[in-house]
Amino acid sequence: MDLSFVILVEMLYAVASLILIGAGLAVVFGMMKVINLAHGEFMMMGGYATITAVGLGVNVFVAMLIIAPLIVGLIGLVVERLVIRHLYGRLVDTMLATWGLSLFFIGLTTMIFGNTTTGISTPIPGFAVGGYQINGYNFFIIVVAVLLLIGILAVLKTTRAGLIARGAMQRADMAATLGYSPDRIYMATFFCGSALSGLAVAVLAPLVGLVPTSGGAYIAKAFITVIAGGPSLVAGLLSSAGVFGVVSQVFTFAISPVIGEVALLIAAVILLRLLPQGITGRFFKGKL
Amino acid sequence: MQGSLSRDLIATVIVTAILLWIMPLLIGTYTLTVLVIYGMLGLSLGLIWGFGGILCFGQAAFFGLGAYTYAIAAINIGESTVPMILAVLVPAIFAALLGAMMFYGRLTDVYLGVITLVVTLILFKFMNSTAGPQYVIGNARMGGFNGIPGFQTLNIPGNPGAYIWGDAYFYVCAVALAIVFLLVSALLRSSFGRIAVGIRENETRMSLMGYDVRARKTVLFATGAAIAGLAGALFANWGEIVTPNLFSLGQSAEIIIWCIVGGLGTRLGPILGAAGLAYVKFLLGQQHLIDNTLILGLILVLFVLFLPRGIVPALVSLWRISFGRRPLGRIHQARRSRNRERLHG
Repeated sequence: MDLSFVILVEMLYAVASLILIGAGLAVVFGMMKVINLAHGEFMMMGGYATITAVGLGVNVFVAMLIIAPLIVGLIGLVVERLVIRHLYGRLVDTMLATWGLSLFFIGLTTMIFGNTTTGISTPIPGFAVGGYQINGYNFFIIVVAVLLLIGILAVLKTTRAGLIARGAMQRADMAATLGYSPDRIYMATFFCGSALSGLAVAVLAPLVGLVPTSGGAYIAKAFITVIAGGPSLVAGLLSSAGVFGVVSQVFTFAISPVIGEVALLIAAVILLRLLPQGITGRFFKGKL
Repeated sequence: MQGSLSRDLIATVIVTAILLWIMPLLIGTYTLTVLVIYGMLGLSLGLIWGFGGILCFGQAAFFGLGAYTYAIAAINIGESTVPMILAVLVPAIFAALLGAMMFYGRLTDVYLGVITLVVTLILFKFMNSTAGPQYVIGNARMGGFNGIPGFQTLNIPGNPGAYIWGDAYFYVCAVALAIVFLLVSALLRSSFGRIAVGIRENETRMSLMGYDVRARKTVLFATGAAIAGLAGALFANWGEIVTPNLFSLGQSAEIIIWCIVGGLGTRLGPILGAAGLAYVKFLLGQQHLIDNTLILGLILVLFVLFLPRGIVPALVSLWRISFGRRPLGRIHQARRSRNRERLHG
């Protein structure tokens, strides 16, 4: 009984962290069709922003939930203006340019922070369930992931800005005719996507150590989650994170963490082969 | 693609001979060897990406697979001829299976990129986790993160005691690269190569003309993997150790950067890009002021933004503009088609 509760929490945590990792990329790729391979490094920089802010004496929650997203959002804004703006509609070129950016940021962070692991301690204490110790922070991550999904859904569905953004993504020319500048909408969307990436790893930072290359660990997972999710933003993210989180945790508990990771990747390959348009390309069509 | 194969052959032999004579005077052969090997690796992706339009994010997987196959087989057999052949065959077969899975599923660029990337990651993670004594193939321990050291290096076929190393090994690698280059040239001149370029330009049209696009892409993909596998085996011989880092994403990224910088759709571009950038990286590695990765990243971004076709095509068109004697009409035509490209691209 206790064990199954622990496993359940671990699974929810795995799903939640996949949602967090994928959210920023889902906004940028799902809406703008820009493949941001520097996504992992955006996340990594969010983590460093948090750690630096905490080191300067800022409250850890303020650092995670406000400072990190803002800083990464601003970095994203600069990147969009300087590089990505010129490459809209050229899928492969964006992919390569952002890969270059990712290497650039890795190099930059290594120069500033050095090639050592840094981290902060978890702000929420753990507690015991029967004979097992559960990390209380896991619940925080699950809550943040749920709130994040609800937030994205609410913004896109109910606000005017969300409506305009969705319209511009579908038909940029039509939005331009109606008097909205697609250029500025893209810019704002990219800012939001980057900010979400910053938030994600800032929240995860207390659980994982950070090195300048840790972005690479996220990018593949984020990429897989978003692509396997398919065209719908929230439904796709939720369904693919659900599938992959459960698969990886089942194999982690049954065999070993490494096999869990490998199982996740193999599941992704099989899923993409069977449903090349992503899960929401076949099911939940037309949902957000 | 003008000129005949025999002209290609003569030009390649002359250029190779000159380079073989001059280059060792400028750079040590130990460094040159790895530049040549990287050149071959660059050529392998240049073939499938530049001429087949298949963007593979996991070319490093085949490179690493070739190196590991060689190392494992060399430990078990103790002679290098069969392992070299295996190191070409195993990646080719692996790529044929993977390619068949992808191309018969009609997956296109982004999904292709993700799957090749994921497969590379799987191999990387798996190889890193094989540290225990239970991971053994024959006599070879996989060694996990530390890799496999101490295998039989290249020897004269049939004589395991006669190692080929040092300067001689450089000449072997350089000649191997020249031969692969000629084979690739021949392949691209054949109807198979021309149809591959046709598929890159317009897949639907080629399949409507009756060509089996899926089978052809699979074969091309496997050919590229075979070349990468050969490069991997040569690299294993050069480094005398194979580690999981051969499969890393960084390695894959570098191959793509070489192709972009050198120039896609050319045979020489990826080779020059690979050797040139690897040498730049080697020089940068000797200073500690600026991080290596930072500069490589910057190079890639700048090239995508300002010179997306790469150095070699840019030089070729510069040459044509300065020295070529083309009728006026063709220049106009070229300019018009370039404008059209800009409008639609």
